[in-house]
Parts: sequence; structure tokens; C-alpha cells
Amino acid sequence: MSVPIERPPRKDPQAATRPAELPPLNRSRSALGMTAWAARGIFALQVCDACGRVAYPPRDACSGCLSTSLRFQPVEGGATVIAETTIRTSTDLYFRERMPWRVGMVRLDSGASIVTHLHGDVAVPGPVRMVAKLDKGGNAVVIALPAEDSDNMADDLQFRELTASPKFRRVLVTDGRSAVGQAVAARLAGAGAVSVFVGIAEPWKPFAGQSELAAMANVETMELDLTDTASVTELAGEIGGKTDIIVNTADHVRPGGLVGQDALATAHQAFEVNVFGLQRLAMAFGPGMRARGGDGTNSAAAFVDILPIHAFANLPEFGFHSASCAARHSLLQCLRAELRPGGVRVMSVFTGPVDDDWRQHVPPPKVAPSQIASAVLTALNEGIEESFVGDVAQDVMARFLADPKVLERELSQ
Amino acid sequence: MTQPPQPTGADLLQGLAAGLASGTVEIVDLTHALSPDFPVMVLPPEFGQCQPFRMEEVSRYDGRGPGWYWNTITMSEHAGTHFDAPAHWISGRNLPQGTVDAVPLDKLVGPAIVLDFSAESAADEDFLLTRDGLEAWEAANGAIEEGAWVLFRTDWSKHLGSARYLNLKEDGAHSPGPAADAMEFLVKERGICGFGTETIGTDAGQGGHLSPPYPAHFILHGHGRYGLQCLTGLDRLPARGAVLFAAPLKIRNGSGSPLRVFAMVPGKPAGL
Repeated sequence: MSVPIERPPRKDPQAATRPAELPPLNRSRSALGMTAWAARGIFALQVCDACGRVAYPPRDACSGCLSTSLRFQPVEGGATVIAETTIRTSTDLYFRERMPWRVGMVRLDSGASIVTHLHGDVAVPGPVRMVAKLDKGGNAVVIALPAEDSDNMADDLQFRELTASPKFRRVLVTDGRSAVGQAVAARLAGAGAVSVFVGIAEPWKPFAGQSELAAMANVETMELDLTDTASVTELAGEIGGKTDIIVNTADHVRPGGLVGQDALATAHQAFEVNVFGLQRLAMAFGPGMRARGGDGTNSAAAFVDILPIHAFANLPEFGFHSASCAARHSLLQCLRAELRPGGVRVMSVFTGPVDDDWRQHVPPPKVAPSQIASAVLTALNEGIEESFVGDVAQDVMARFLADPKVLERELSQ
Repeated sequence: MTQPPQPTGADLLQGLAAGLASGTVEIVDLTHALSPDFPVMVLPPEFGQCQPFRMEEVSRYDGRGPGWYWNTITMSEHAGTHFDAPAHWISGRNLPQGTVDAVPLDKLVGPAIVLDFSAESAADEDFLLTRDGLEAWEAANGAIEEGAWVLFRTDWSKHLGSARYLNLKEDGAHSPGPAADAMEFLVKERGICGFGTETIGTDAGQGGHLSPPYPAHFILHGHGRYGLQCLTGLDRLPARGAVLFAAPLKIRNGSGSPLRVFAMVPGKPAGL
């Protein structure tokens, strides 16, 4: 079993905050294929189309038959550890601050051998489960986990480096007026977050779930309006120095495309919340989070954005909403690059249509707020950069990967 | 018997300037600061919405402009303390000079009558000012003069910052306002210039359920009169004797505008 981490003491204001060092960043184009799968939480390796050999590390030609037709595919994680060592010193700035570090050699059941990080609970020799995760620099790495879950295994320090666990962290949920925001706040408060700050816009307007939200343990509501720069800046002034995880649950949803009578005003509002709201959050909280990415047990860890899958392809019935989400998706890619130097992960949680008042006329399957809350927690606990919640989200993504043009036509029929 | 000579315009303006300088005429601000957290009218979401005031900094003595500070502001014509022109309402849509750029200047300055119904409003959040109420007020205070701005004091501005200002419930907003017969009386029988309130609109929170719906808007603007709302400081005005200044921005074809509203009132006695 792993030793459970302890709640960190309050910060010593005289101690310098350690800058977030990153593990080695450079990867070949081939290796980034593994990163792309790991970003979605899937362990994938190159498999040779010609001879079926599983290749690791990623390469441009098969070491068995010299075929250049190697494709990443999900592979089984079953493996056996055959050797281990513990590194106690390193010249690498990232690892030298985290010594000792356990590494080993495993042989996959599918044949490849891998030099890998070893979870502290792995017994050597013995069976392990191989998983691929993103390290703090955003690259895929593999870690061998014990074949069966062990006690407190999420608290293993090497494993925690690969996740953004909310345990002992302080979370900001940006929109507590919505059922999604309330479900996320409740789930993260129940998952060990020390504080969950919940933003409420226009507090003079009552909203459903208000009293339940006020009664949640470790949850504190704060005034926050993402359309108001001053409001976001003021909240960052209060809690920006101790916000470790942001979950942006805000989403302005209205039906309509470009040519409706009210289209321009509605479009403005959608972009104010979905696009510029995200920017205001990033501008106000991003620099502080980026500076605190290496700040110990409760370092700044993740910026999570919940957005509709139609960021990838326009749903004309919600045309401008889709457009705002596409902009949001693009900006998350930018933010990912901007926060990476601080070791802060930017996670996208793509959802199918949420079961809310604005999508009453949309046929099922729809996504319940609790499903989204679960996906957010899983993304944080597993370090998953892109999640797809619900059948519609998964289906749209699969069709997008197959051919975006076909998807466009299907969505507009 | 000879009439005393009428003061000339020059005399009046000189007197006013002297009064302002000596403090025998004081200026009372009736305007809330425009700020992003000032509530705006809430409409059902299927309708277009009132855009609240927003401000984005362009530069503040920094790399974006080393020597100067300025902002870009956006808002509805009907955000904050604001003026409603006749064209704001469907009943006034065909009137001449119905938009803010066309309002005659002499309508923007005039005598103010302050109706103090703050006690009634404190007792009843849905208090309606009726014709009977106005007649009783006139019996005690004298008739409302033609061309006056009538300001409805409810002390509602003192609720700003709490949920009670908009006072939203499941059946909508609850705040005091005028009944239709009161508006008919003021507009048709007293010939007022305009009507001002401390609440988010000139109508009661539940004014949409009166007949006609939103009687202050419907009747005022249908007769070419003006509205002022989100006023403050009415408790500092005398029941009569103040002069109101309410000049909206000159927006081409505008339906209304945020503005600075102030009143001149008698100040300290002369010679003190």
C-alpha cells in the first residue's frame, strides 16, 4: 500500500515557491502518436500492419520486417516486470527535485519490452498493468501499476505527478447557477478537495438548487460573472493565489444560427460567456496558476473546461453556440501551450447535449449533470486531457476522426 | 399701481450663478454610478435581453498607452440610471421627436414634484400609486403643475446591493409603481413632462399584469412624455421647488440613454 499523503500545512510566506520544472519535452513525430492516445486515457502502441509486431519505443519502420506501415492502436496493458532500479540522483532539474524515482523494465504480454516508471506498490518480479499517462510536460509516459488496485495508490508520489487529483487541492467551479456546476462542486467536494469555491453571477437573481448549494460542506459561493472583467479580476485578487484547479462549467446555450432575427445579440452573449469568459478566467487566474505548478502537494494542477462536442462540427440548430464552442476548443489548445511551462494541465471535457431547459426538444440520449461531474473527477484523477461524455459525444468524435466532411453533412440533415 | 419689473434672462442666470456660488442653491445628484454589478431589467429568456454595463480597459499608463487611462464601455440604452424616450414603447412609436436625439431641450430641464410614498412602499412591496392617492397628495400639498417632472419616491434605491432591489420571485419582480389611472391622471389632467422612479423601471415589478400592461410606459410614451428610472437621492429633494436636469445622450434614433440626473434645490439661507 502507498503511504497516504498528508494535508499540506499553510504556505510559509518566506519560502520561495519552487518553479515548475518539466520533464524532458522533445519527442519525435512518431512518439506524439502515443501522446495523442494517452491524452484520451488510452494505452496505444504502434502495431505493424505487415507482420503484427508491437513496437516500442515509437519508430518509423518495423524492427521485424522493415515495413513503414506502423499504426498506433490500443493494446492490452498486461505485462510482467523483469527488472527494477531506483534512481537516487540526476542532473535533470525535474527529476532531481523528486528523487528517489523508481523505474523498471517490463515485458508486455504482446511481446514488446518497455523501460517504464514503476508505481511504488508494484512487486518485482510480478504481473503489472501498463497505462499511458501525460507527464507534466504533456508527453506520453508509461507507468506500471500493480495488477490489482492497492490502498491509497493514487497517493503514490510518482503517480500523482501524472494526475491532477483534487485531494487536498482548492477548486474553483465557475458557474454555480447551473445544474452542471452544482453537480461538479458536490462531486469534487466529496473527492477530497479542501475548498470548492463556486462562482455565482448576478446573485440578486434566485436560482434552482441555491439552498442545496449553500448547504454543501467545503463549498463556498463567490460572486463571479464571466462576462464582467472586473468581477473575474476581483475574484482572482481574492483567491487567485490559492486556486489549484479551475473547472469552467459556464456555457451559454441558445438555439439559432446566423440569420435569425435576434442572431447578433444572441451571438454576442454566447461569445461573451463561452469565449471571452474563458479568456477572462485565463487572464486573471492563468499567471498565478502557472507560477504555482510546482508548489508541492497542493500545487496548481489543472484548468478544466466543459464544452459541447459540437466544437468539432457545427450543429445548425445550435449554430452560433457550436461556433462559440469551436472557438473555445481552439483557445483551449492555445491555453494548453500557455500553461504547459507551469506544469498546469488544460483538460477538455466534451459533452453530448445536456439534459437542460434549452435542449428540452433535443431527443435522447442526453447527458445528465452527474455524468459530467463523474467525467470531470475521472479526468482529474487519471490525468486525461480530452474526455467524451455520453453516447453522442463519443459518436460525434468517432465520426469526426473518420471524416469531418461526412459529419458536417450528417449534422445538417 | 406699477408692476415690479420682470427679471430679465440675464438677471435670472446671474442670480442662479450667484446662488450656486454662495450655496443658497445646491445641486443634488440623483444618479447611481454606472457599474457592471448594477442590475438590469430581467425579461423572459425568449426575448432579447438588456445588456448590463461593461467596461474594458484600453490602457492605464502602461504599455498600451503610457501617458493615459481610458476604457471601452458597452451597455444597453436602458442600463443604470437612464432616460426613456417615447419611441421606447410601441404606444409612442409614431410620435414626432420620439427618440433621444430629437427630444426638445426645454423638456430636459424643469420643475420637479416629489411624491413621497416611501412608507407605503416599505409596507407593501407591490404598492400601487393610484389616482386616489394622487388626489389625496394634492389635497395636502397643492396641485401638480403642468410641465413638471413627477418623481415617485419609494426609497427603493436603498435596497440596491441586496436581492430586494429587483426582488425577483418565481412570478417575477415585486416593486412599487403607478396604476393606470394614476398615469392617466398625471398625463391627461396634469400635463406632466415626465415620470421618474427609484426602481428598475417606471412601472411596478408586476406592472405587466396591469391593464394596459406596463401602464407607465404605455401611457407616458404614448403621449410623448418621458421616463426616468433607477434614480437615487429623492429623499434629499423638497416636495416641490427643485429644478430637474435630465439630458440623455444624443444617440441617433436612440430609444433611451444612461445619463447624469441632478436637481437644483434651495440650499442654506442667504447670508449664512
